[in-house]
Amino acid sequence: MTNGKTGGGTGTQAAAAAPDVLPRTAPYWSAMAAAGQVSVLLIVALLLLAALLAATGHAVGPALLALVRGAFGSWYAITSATIVRMVPLGFAGLAVALAFRAGVLNVGAEGQLLMGAAAATALALALQHTSPWLAIPVMIVGGALAGGVWASVAGVLRLRFGVLEVISTIMLNFVALNLIGWLVRGPLQEPQRINPQSFSLPVSLQLPVLLDGTRLHAGVPLLLVTAAVLAWWLFNTASGFRVRAVGANPGAAHSAGEIPVGRTLVLAFAWSGVLAGMGGAVEYLGITYALYENFSPGYGYTAIAVALLARLHPVGVLGTALLFGALEAGANAMQRDAGVPSVVVSVVEAVLILLVVALDRWRARATTGRRGT
Amino acid sequence: MSAIEAMDIGGAFLESTVRTATPLALAALGECVSERAGVINIGLEGSIIAGALGGTVAAGMVGVGGGFVAGALAGMAIAALFAWFTVGMRADQIITGTAITLFALGLTGTLYRSVFGNTGVALSTPTAGELPIPGLSQIPLIGQAFFSQPAMTYLAMCIAVILGWWMRHTHAGLALCATGEYPDAAVAAGIAPRRVQALAVLFAGAMAGLAGATLVLAQAGTFVEGMSAGRGFIAIAIVVLGRWQPLGVAAAALLFGAANSLQTLFQAMGWVGVPYQLFLALPYVLTLLVLAGASGRTAAPAALGKRD
Repeated sequence: MTNGKTGGGTGTQAAAAAPDVLPRTAPYWSAMAAAGQVSVLLIVALLLLAALLAATGHAVGPALLALVRGAFGSWYAITSATIVRMVPLGFAGLAVALAFRAGVLNVGAEGQLLMGAAAATALALALQHTSPWLAIPVMIVGGALAGGVWASVAGVLRLRFGVLEVISTIMLNFVALNLIGWLVRGPLQEPQRINPQSFSLPVSLQLPVLLDGTRLHAGVPLLLVTAAVLAWWLFNTASGFRVRAVGANPGAAHSAGEIPVGRTLVLAFAWSGVLAGMGGAVEYLGITYALYENFSPGYGYTAIAVALLARLHPVGVLGTALLFGALEAGANAMQRDAGVPSVVVSVVEAVLILLVVALDRWRARATTGRRGT
Repeated sequence: MSAIEAMDIGGAFLESTVRTATPLALAALGECVSERAGVINIGLEGSIIAGALGGTVAAGMVGVGGGFVAGALAGMAIAALFAWFTVGMRADQIITGTAITLFALGLTGTLYRSVFGNTGVALSTPTAGELPIPGLSQIPLIGQAFFSQPAMTYLAMCIAVILGWWMRHTHAGLALCATGEYPDAAVAAGIAPRRVQALAVLFAGAMAGLAGATLVLAQAGTFVEGMSAGRGFIAIAIVVLGRWQPLGVAAAALLFGAANSLQTLFQAMGWVGVPYQLFLALPYVLTLLVLAGASGRTAAPAALGKRD
């Protein structure tokens, strides 16, 4: 890939160097086969987890039991721990899936999500005395736009200046993080000016809770609808096709399909940011009700695993986001009930990604082997 | 404020700058080598945290020197996993790197809590003291900052100078850069790109591990979960800002160190209201501007991030 060498020239030139991204060699997988594959990988990852727990002197049985109970053991666990955690992971996962489909390595979902939450917070301050019917949609759209703008910075840098988006999105994540650090001590700080966080969102502006006694909020159906729309758009519209074509082979898309590669890339980037920003706004409106520095425990990074495990399919993302939500909910319960550090779940997530990657490479090699090259 | 006070505050700021910059420079110099070979290692963060834990454990058993060695080895072990995937299997570097970082953060957190207790009671390790260089450390203002530091600071300086020379003037150094610029030509010249890349990644892992050990053994004196705190990503920014040149990387590390030391400077000056977080964001913005401004005459290795 060229960095700046083709940059500064025309859009198509810079874009022709789209990153090589998986899993484009993967043939069609039916939903069942994909789910089956994820299950097998999950079992392998959990076996490794059991081994790690045993090696560090924990009782494996009670720990895994606590994990399962924490995720699915009760109605409250399912609705208020697992599904609630699925929402930000799902939105960020959709963002990553869309970008990767277009061949854009957006590692910046974290920053885009944070900017979405920040914009929603600022709008909440301005709209706190208005009707929720006006305020809530405005805050979500505002958050989505902020995420889109933040992602577009990286998109434009890529197209106009040939800056590798991997590097620029990482930079933008840190800029966003520090910006939040300033906002919650400056313009957006709570009225008492003691804690580094924003004012707490009035109940009227919070996303409605769907089931009494749980934390299940209106962001859940919003995520489901968003995923469905994204899937329909990606596979049934001309612009969705263009995005997939550019991701599969920018050169061919440009020369054979007469697709404006540069514009498609920037648009995919922007829409990816919109999804992540929406996730940030929804998390703020539905769960945290305030903005603070550690607002996101790395949702944007975990989202890469979520999208990848779902084979970049929007509907699959719902499934893998649920799985990761369950893992994180279960890990918290495991720490509480079995004394196992909850960070151990990161190891499971990492192993899952590495297994998918290894499987892909193995399959790619098997394919090229048959072709005799 | 008197001149002496100003000198004191300035000296303390510089000292803090160099101290903060040391682990950043170590990790970034390693990453510089790996990127020159065409491999961008986002898993650097993982090597740093592994180095920090490895250094902590070993220092308690065999002392500070052994701690640094163990830190480098731990960082290298994590990098070996990364190399197995990216160089061995030609897997995507970004995705693998993300996974490696998650893996190492989770593993170190789990091991630390399991070995040293669930509460994460502060555990103090022996630390490497300052090693003032006679004469040089007496220079006003900069003497204390640059020449009265733990040995790792001098190591970073030496490595920056040596690497700069090595890349331009040795066969191995040129082979490294050829691998990252144009792997096909490198093959034609009798270089084995994969071996070069694997070695470069391992070197970067060792340097990042040293950086992690430095955090514990020359600075904090204790291990804290997640104490790498994004330094692996900062190191990647530093490499870019340093235009993939070892001396430039060292200078860029100082800039990031300075930005991180501004908070203490502002406190010393009594500027309470200054939003230091915005200054923390500055080096990243600067990196982006440098990248954008560099378009057309880039310094990035041409094959950076490419798989085949």
